[in-house]
Amino acid sequence: MTVTTPPVEAAAVAAAPAPRKPGARTRRRRTTALWAIAFLLPSAVPLVAFTLTPMVGSLWVSLHDWNLISPMEWVGLGNYADLLADPETRQVFWHTVAFIAGYLPLVYVGGLALALVLNQAFRGRTFFRAAYFLPVVTSWVVVALVWQWLLNPSNGLVNQVLGALGLPQPGWWTDPTWALPSVILASAWKDLGFVMVILLAGLQAIPGDILEAARVDGANAWQRFRSVTLPLLSPSTFFVVVISLINGFQVFDQVYVMTGGGPGGSSQVVVGQIYDLTFRYGRAGEASALSWLLFVVVLAITGIQLRVQKRWVTHA
Amino acid sequence: MRKARRVLLYVGVALGAAAMLFPFLWTVVTSITPHGTLAGGPTLWVEDPTLDAYRQLLDAMPMWRIVANSFGIAIASTLLQMVTGATAAYAFGRLQFRGRGVVFGLYLATLMIPLQVLVVPLFIEMTRLDLHDTYFALLAPSITSAFGIFLLKQAVEGVPRELDEAATIDGAGHLRIFWRIVLPLVRPALATLAVFAFMNTWNSFLWPLVVIRSPELMTLPLGLATLQGQFTTEWDVVMAGSVVSIVPIAIVYVLAQRHIIAGMAHTGLK
Repeated sequence: MTVTTPPVEAAAVAAAPAPRKPGARTRRRRTTALWAIAFLLPSAVPLVAFTLTPMVGSLWVSLHDWNLISPMEWVGLGNYADLLADPETRQVFWHTVAFIAGYLPLVYVGGLALALVLNQAFRGRTFFRAAYFLPVVTSWVVVALVWQWLLNPSNGLVNQVLGALGLPQPGWWTDPTWALPSVILASAWKDLGFVMVILLAGLQAIPGDILEAARVDGANAWQRFRSVTLPLLSPSTFFVVVISLINGFQVFDQVYVMTGGGPGGSSQVVVGQIYDLTFRYGRAGEASALSWLLFVVVLAITGIQLRVQKRWVTHA
Repeated sequence: MRKARRVLLYVGVALGAAAMLFPFLWTVVTSITPHGTLAGGPTLWVEDPTLDAYRQLLDAMPMWRIVANSFGIAIASTLLQMVTGATAAYAFGRLQFRGRGVVFGLYLATLMIPLQVLVVPLFIEMTRLDLHDTYFALLAPSITSAFGIFLLKQAVEGVPRELDEAATIDGAGHLRIFWRIVLPLVRPALATLAVFAFMNTWNSFLWPLVVIRSPELMTLPLGLATLQGQFTTEWDVVMAGSVVSIVPIAIVYVLAQRHIIAGMAHTGLK
């Protein structure tokens, strides 16, 4: 059978190539699809199991009253309505925004200053870059603990120094006014190196001849920085701002370790509230609803950022 | 004038470095200060250094096990993210299958959801499956990452198509092209992904806090936070725990410093 077919097939192909071809193409498409499934399987399985499933589950839970133990009770959009009416929700969002408002300028200006200095050629530059970067690789819990100790009101190092200089010694994380600033300080300290590295890469991507041309045209150092470096650094600045905003809205570790959201809720942030609602107060429905509110906010910010980007990012 | 500027530069840079490194030094000093002298306010020079805090630490927590857990989970998630990222990137970057755009959009949309949002339902899922308080649960949310898939897809698209066309003519299939041609050429992106994956898992705190109860399954951040709960005022013990957490990652950092910093910079450039 098989021995006799080739010539026939060859003749068929030669006589009528049109009807044969789609068959081969379909087959090829089918094999490609099979390969695609095979290559996508390793990522699709965990994605469906550990992201998609909980996501759908989370929506479902957010429509119920549930303490994790007794049966769920349908409340429709009740949790969302409760959250939006609750002054505590506004407060935790406000604290999160205040955290970002304090943290972002500190870390950006500090990181930019470091990057400008370390962009110059001098001996030991690699060592200093490494030193500034060390806090970035250290875990949040360690940084939070170390800063809790440094900012210890009674015998911490910072207050000892302030005392020796005759300056007032704030209660830092034990004082409602100073709790959030303490967290901001520790956070900026930790991320300074990361921002520095991003901006340093951005600085190195600026063509030297543009700066040289500005110098020839008589621009002084400040003018060159203001009108050449800063605009050409805007893609890196944009990246830093977006990452900081997205991460800022999800801040949790340092707050949990340093202040636990206290004293008296004075430094509670959104994710901290989600955690407490679920595991402290057994209000999983409200916690899920709050998670979705947070997600919508993060999504909106990312969307706005991407739209605004075109207006103020300059590419060299 | 020029020399004065140079001196000023060095002074500034050194002061900055001191501000970044001093807290680490302070951590070490506190951990070897005798507990009794700590309350009066610590000093930089320790008269009679002691390792008591470390002894107390080892009695209170299975510290070596915790360090090993942190390394194990971080390495496992790094490898898994490299595998899942590279295979997905090959599918999206090279295979012309129907619905590719839609599937990629779905991937990105799902992966954009931060873990913080998923913590509660994921915890419930793990409890339902009776998988909470296991290594598997610890690993589950970091098997694949949006960042990794996106980064590697960009890299795969950068590999010249002529290379795999030539290989196809030579009779190579997708597996062979993936393994022999594409993978070696996207190595820098893989390295960047490895750096991020390792550090993210190493530092991850919220998820272990939610899903792990047994001390012998804890990772370092969780172990440390638990320690702080037990020894609220014993700063020497808490700082000893911090030193134990810093040393391994500091060694990794010193060894791979160049790659880590380059990897980070790479993401900002794009």
